[in-house]
Amino acid sequence: MKTRMSPMAKREERYFYLCISPWIAGFLIFTAGPIVASLFFSFCNYDVVTPPDWIGIQNYKRLLSDPLFWQSLKVTSYFSLVSVPLGIALSLIIAILLNQNIKGLTWFRTIYYMPSVISGVAVALLWMWIFNPEFGVLNFLLWKLFHIQGPAWLMSEEWVIPALIIMSLWGIGGDIVIYLAGLQGIPTELYEAAEIDGANSFNKFLNITIPMMSPVLLFTLIMGIINSFQVFTQAYVMTRGGPHYASLFYVLYIYQNAFQFFSMGYASALSWILFLIILVLTFLIFKSSPLWVYYESTRER
Amino acid sequence: MYLLRSRRKREVLIKSFVYVILMVTSIIILIPIFWMLSTALKEDSEVYLFPPEWIPQKPQFGNFKRALTFIPFGRYFTNTSVITFATMVGSLLSSSIVAYGFARLRARGRDILFMILLSTMMIPSQITMIPVFVLFKLLNWTDTFKPLIIPNFFGGAFFIFLLRQFYMTIPIELDDAAKIDGCSYLGIFSRIILPLTKPALATVAIFSFMWSWNDFMGPLIYLNSRDKLTLTLALSRFTGMYGMTAWNLLMAASLVVALPCFVLFFFAQRYFIQGIVVTGLKG
Repeated sequence: MKTRMSPMAKREERYFYLCISPWIAGFLIFTAGPIVASLFFSFCNYDVVTPPDWIGIQNYKRLLSDPLFWQSLKVTSYFSLVSVPLGIALSLIIAILLNQNIKGLTWFRTIYYMPSVISGVAVALLWMWIFNPEFGVLNFLLWKLFHIQGPAWLMSEEWVIPALIIMSLWGIGGDIVIYLAGLQGIPTELYEAAEIDGANSFNKFLNITIPMMSPVLLFTLIMGIINSFQVFTQAYVMTRGGPHYASLFYVLYIYQNAFQFFSMGYASALSWILFLIILVLTFLIFKSSPLWVYYESTRER
Repeated sequence: MYLLRSRRKREVLIKSFVYVILMVTSIIILIPIFWMLSTALKEDSEVYLFPPEWIPQKPQFGNFKRALTFIPFGRYFTNTSVITFATMVGSLLSSSIVAYGFARLRARGRDILFMILLSTMMIPSQITMIPVFVLFKLLNWTDTFKPLIIPNFFGGAFFIFLLRQFYMTIPIELDDAAKIDGCSYLGIFSRIILPLTKPALATVAIFSFMWSWNDFMGPLIYLNSRDKLTLTLALSRFTGMYGMTAWNLLMAASLVVALPCFVLFFFAQRYFIQGIVVTGLKG
């Protein structure tokens, strides 16, 4: 049955659509439209100058036999698989330490967050200098402290991704802030009750901290994976994908195809694969979440 | 008594252990920043010394001037400021009004539209990048600032979400009271909602500043002419300008580019933290 709306409610509805009209227009022009167009381009030969030319699934076929596509997928997965869990673990540990009634908490938080304030390009340049095999401070410290002869980092096929992972860990301040806020939101009664029951620190961590933090961990895991699949600035500025394609990140490869080789059709096919990968990963993580994410049903958010 | 004392002792021990770890990790975080500053102040010959010096013999503050005059810094600073300022204005105007709609006005289809808004946050920008580029190319807007500014006037999903969360915390009774007094929706928005959510608006302003100021891929795709570059784009080209990279000048220039962000962070840290915590964004 259709309920009749009062004139007041109708007016309210009109104002609602008026208010959100900028977003609706933006959504159609800059998101929905382009997604459809991108799907269309991915079935075309397109160089921007001449009109798109329909070639069916040629781009997708080409992609499967393109060694650089597989290489970029490998590089990106390697980076993502190591940097995301490592970043989450480290920031969770530091957040837990910060949550122990520490003096100077705001100072520590400021220091940890500071690297996240600097621009991607400036950070990339700074780390290029740090990783300099001969005059960089990292190899100097490795030698001075541990008598280890450091590798060539960005110039080594083997070490370039580990180098970029180390660099990514420098920017975990944002996660630390998120986790710290989450930890501060856990009711202290839970810990007190567990203590009365004779729980030790490890029990408390495993049975209170982790379950209470799991929704936040889920969120940062998903965002972390999405972001790690979109690495671009570091690769473009620091290595241009080298040496010998060892740091050819996926989005860098999309960029090269689109804006250096002007194969817009092929680049669109590549970005659709990226979209699908992110979609599938997000879906799988969500699907698995009932197994490890704890939602307190009575509490909102 | 003995038990109590040993327990206290253990607590002190654990506490000191915690402090040690926090100190050490803080120092590790700070070393690169210190190294950046130290390099920026070194003489040209000092940069390639091994073992390196932590503190330059004679700090060369002139390096900053050299770095800034080597590239047309003033020009790029103006370009970046124009883009950033316009982006902030656009984000604030559009996101605040859209968020008001989602937070306060009841309408059919609202929840579905909000779900769509949330899901757009997960879409990688690479998927829309090429068609949007083609669109701007058709409009003949490439090599202008428009592609970097105009989209911000249509509301960003993250900002809309953040503001909506804040608006929801304002008691709806305030709106109802104002309505009874004959206040229009626009009046409620501008006289009640906006003044009460200034901190949230500050957060939006800060984040849009940071993103726009530090954006790299956008300017890289759209800007070509030498006099239209932004600071980040100019920085990235700096490496190729000298034969052997002048790291002292490069670090000096990087520090200058990062300076506004540092200053903003130190004075408005509260808003940074708030924004990060509410949206889960890392800034």
